[in-house]
Amino acid sequence: MMTRAVKISRSTLRALRRACAQAFAALSLVAAASLAFAPSALANCCTVKSGGSPNANAIHSLYDIIFYIAVLVFVAVAGILLYSVWSFRAHKHPVAAQIHGNTKLELGLTATATGIVVVLAAVTFIKLPSIINPPNSNAGAASVLSASLTAPTPPNGNKLTICVTGRQFIWRYTYGANCNKTAWARRLPYSYQQMEVPAGVTVDLVIQSNDVIHAWWIPALGGKVDAVPGFTTYTWFKALHSGHTYFGQCAQLCGRGHAFMTARVKVVTLAQYTAWLARLAQEIKQQNDQVTQLRQQLIQQGYLTSSGVF
Amino acid sequence: MSTIDQTLRPVPQILVHEVQRPRQTRKWLDWVLTTDHKKIGIMYLVLTFVFFLMGGVEALMMRSQLAVPDNNLISGELYNELLTLHGTTMIFLFVVPVMAGFGNYFVPLMIGARDMAFPRLNALSFWLLLMGGIVFYASLFWHPPEAGWWSYPPLSSIQYSPSGGQDAWIFLIHLTGISSLVGAINFYVTIVNMRAPGMSWGRMPLFVWSILIYAVLLIIALPVVAAAVTMLLTDRHFGTHWFDPINHGSPVLWENLFWFFGHPEVYIMILPGFGMISEVLPVFARKPIFGYKAIAASTIVIAFLATLVWAHHLFTAPMPLVVLGFFMLSSFLIGIPTGIKIFNWTATLWRGSLVMTASMYFAIGFIIVFLIGGITGIFLATFPVDWQLNDTYFVVAHFHYVLMGGAVFTIMAGTYYWYPKMTGRLCSERLGKASFWVTFVGFNMTFFVQHALGLSGMPRRIYTYQPGMGWSTYNLISTIGSYILAFGILMSVYNFATSYRKGKVAGPDPWKGNTLEWFTTSPPPVNNFDVVPRVRSVEPMRDIRLEVEAQTGQLQKSGGSEQFARV
Repeated sequence: MMTRAVKISRSTLRALRRACAQAFAALSLVAAASLAFAPSALANCCTVKSGGSPNANAIHSLYDIIFYIAVLVFVAVAGILLYSVWSFRAHKHPVAAQIHGNTKLELGLTATATGIVVVLAAVTFIKLPSIINPPNSNAGAASVLSASLTAPTPPNGNKLTICVTGRQFIWRYTYGANCNKTAWARRLPYSYQQMEVPAGVTVDLVIQSNDVIHAWWIPALGGKVDAVPGFTTYTWFKALHSGHTYFGQCAQLCGRGHAFMTARVKVVTLAQYTAWLARLAQEIKQQNDQVTQLRQQLIQQGYLTSSGVF
Repeated sequence: MSTIDQTLRPVPQILVHEVQRPRQTRKWLDWVLTTDHKKIGIMYLVLTFVFFLMGGVEALMMRSQLAVPDNNLISGELYNELLTLHGTTMIFLFVVPVMAGFGNYFVPLMIGARDMAFPRLNALSFWLLLMGGIVFYASLFWHPPEAGWWSYPPLSSIQYSPSGGQDAWIFLIHLTGISSLVGAINFYVTIVNMRAPGMSWGRMPLFVWSILIYAVLLIIALPVVAAAVTMLLTDRHFGTHWFDPINHGSPVLWENLFWFFGHPEVYIMILPGFGMISEVLPVFARKPIFGYKAIAASTIVIAFLATLVWAHHLFTAPMPLVVLGFFMLSSFLIGIPTGIKIFNWTATLWRGSLVMTASMYFAIGFIIVFLIGGITGIFLATFPVDWQLNDTYFVVAHFHYVLMGGAVFTIMAGTYYWYPKMTGRLCSERLGKASFWVTFVGFNMTFFVQHALGLSGMPRRIYTYQPGMGWSTYNLISTIGSYILAFGILMSVYNFATSYRKGKVAGPDPWKGNTLEWFTTSPPPVNNFDVVPRVRSVEPMRDIRLEVEAQTGQLQKSGGSEQFARV
C-alpha cells in the first residue's frame, strides 16, 4: 500500500493522531474556558435568541422541543453506527453475516420515522397560533403577522403601526397608522436605523423595500420577514421589557454594504415613547421649515426654479 | 477450444484484450478528440477537481476575512464577488459535473456496456462544461458577478449589477445547463438500453440507479433555470420586465423559478454520492447491501419529493400561510426516505466484517456528517423556526453538512474506491486515512460552530462584523478549521497525484468488488469487455468469484478480509 513518494511510517501516523487528539483537547479546553470566563463571548450556542417578544419566545420553545427530539435521534443513530464500526471490524469479526434485508424491520423504521415527523408537524401547528397571532396590548396602551400578505390585528384591534422601509443600506421607520399610504401628506414622524417603541404595546410592522430585496430581522423580537420591492409584508412584536435595546441586521444579500445595514429597536415606556415621538415630530418640522426657508431664498436669488431645478 | 474452460482458471478471468490503436504521437490530441467514456470521465474528474480547488481558495479567502471582527483584508465588493464565485463554482462547476464524471467512467462499466449510448454527444457535454467554466472565470479580468449564486433580482438587474459579470453568470448557467442536460439524456438512454444480459432493473448496481435518477432530475429541473436566466437576460438587455417590480414584474417569480430548479439540484448533487456509498459499504463490509429494494425505491421517492419542496427556501418571502404549511410538510416527508437510506447503510455494516480502507473511512464519515446535516434540515423545514434561522450561518452550516458532507466525503470515498480501476494503481492507504482524519476534524471545526453563529444572530453573506456581538470566537474557530480542512483535502489531492505513477500496481480487482467494472483490467481497455457475462444477481462479480472458487476448490474465508485487514 506504500508508495515511495508518500512515506508515512506507522509511528508518524501515530504521532499525527496524537497531535490531532492534543489539538482537539486543547481546543475543547479553550472552548470550555471561554464558556466559563466569558459567557458573553460564546453566548447563545444552542438555541435561538428570544426574550424580547412573545412570538420570539414561542419560536424558542418550539425550537427547543425539536432540539431534544433531534439530539435523541442523533444519539440513537450515531450510537448504532459507531457500535457497528467498533465491533464488526474484520479482525474482531472475520466472518460477515450474509443478510440481504429485513422487510419487517424496514417497515418498522419507516413507521418510526413517519411517527417522528407527524409529532413534529403536530407540535408546530399547536405552537403556530402563539407565533403568528398577536396578543392584545397591555391594558391602557394602544399589531401583525409573519411573512404574510395580510396585516394581522390583535383581538381588540389596539395596535401601533410602524412602517419599515428597506433601501441600500439603511432601514427607515415611519410611525403611525396607514404609514405606507399617507405618510407624506400627514407629515408622519420617521427615523432611520434606530426604532423606538413602547413596551407592552403590540407593534404591527408594515415592511416594504425601495430597491432590492432586504430582510427585516431583530432576533430577540421574532422571526425575519423579507422586504420585497413590489410587495408588502407584515410582522409584529410586543416588547416585554422597557429599557432594552435589541440589535438586528438585514439578512438578505442586498449589495456591497449589506454588512452595514443594521437595525436597533429601543424599548421605552409608553410615556417616554409619546414624548420622544412628539419631540421627533417637532424636530422634523423645524428642519422642514428651515429647508423651506432656504429654498425660498434660493428661488429669490435665482439659483433654483420654483419647480426645484438648479 | 472455443469455449472458455473455467476450471483451468484459478481467479476470475479477465476477458479483454488491448484493441486500442497505437497512441498518437501527440498525446494531447488523443484526449481532445476522444469519444471514449473513460477518457471523458477522467477529463471531467480532473477539470472539476481544479474547479473544486478554485472554489476552495475562494472559501479560504472569505474565511480569512471573517477570522476577526472589523477586518479590512477584503472589501465588501470583493467579498460579494467571492461568495458568488464560490457558490456558483462549487455547484455548477464542481459537484454536478464531478458526478457526471464518475457516471461517465463507471456507468458503462457497471452495466457491462462498451461505451455510452452517444459517445460524441458525451464529448460535447464535457467541452460545453469547460466553455462554461472559461466564460465564467474570464469575468475575473473584468467584473465578476456579485449578486450571489441565486442572483435574486432586482440585485441582479442591470440597474443594481450593471457589470457584465452577471451576464457571464447567465451564460455559465446556459452552457453548463446544456452540458448537463445532454449528459443526462445520454445517461438515461445508456442505462435503459445497454445493460448486460440478465441485468434487470432489480439487478442494477445502486450507483447506476442513482445516476439514472440524477439524469431524470436534471431533465426535470434544468429547463426551468434555463428559462429563468433567459428571462433575466432579456430583463437586463432587451427591455422585458419579468422581475422588475417598478413595471409590475415580480422578484418572487424569480425566487420560485430558481428554487424549483435549485432544490432538485440539491438532490442532483447528493444522490450519486448516495449511490457511491451504496457501492462502497457492501464491498468493504463483505456483506450484501441491506435492503437493496428499499434503497433503490427511496432514491425514486426522494426524487419525486425533491420537486415538491422548493418553497422551503422562501419561508420569509411574501407567501400565504397555507403555502408555508404545505412546504413544511413536504420537506418533513423527504426526511423519511433519507432516513431509510441511513438506516440501510448502518444495517449493511451491522454484523459485517469491516475492512477499514481509506474509502471506508470517508464513507462512514459521510454517514455521520450527513446525519447531522439531515437533522438540522428538520429545524429549517419547520417554518416558524426557519423565520429565525433562514439566511443565517445556521443555514450555511446545514448545507455544508449535507452538500460538503454528502458530496465531498462521498466523492473522496468514491475516488479512493475507484482510483485503482481508473489508473491501475493503488493510493497510499495510510495517507488516505490521515487525510480523512484531518479533513473530518477540520470540517467539523469549520462548520459545527457555524450553527452557533447562526443561533447568535449572524446573517450569511456579511463581509465584516463588529466586536462584542458574541460572534468573534466562533468565527475564529471556524477559520482555523477551514485551513485544517483545506490541508486535509490537499493531502488527498497529493495522494492522487503521486499514486498515479508511484502507487502499487492494483490488478483488476483489488477490493474484491461486487460489480462488473472489476471484471476487466485496470485501467480498462478502450472496448471495456470482450465478453460480457450473464448477470444473475446484484453482485455479478461476486458470483463469478464464488463460482471459480467452487470449481477450483480454492475456498477462501467468506469475505476475504485477511487481505486488507491491516492496511
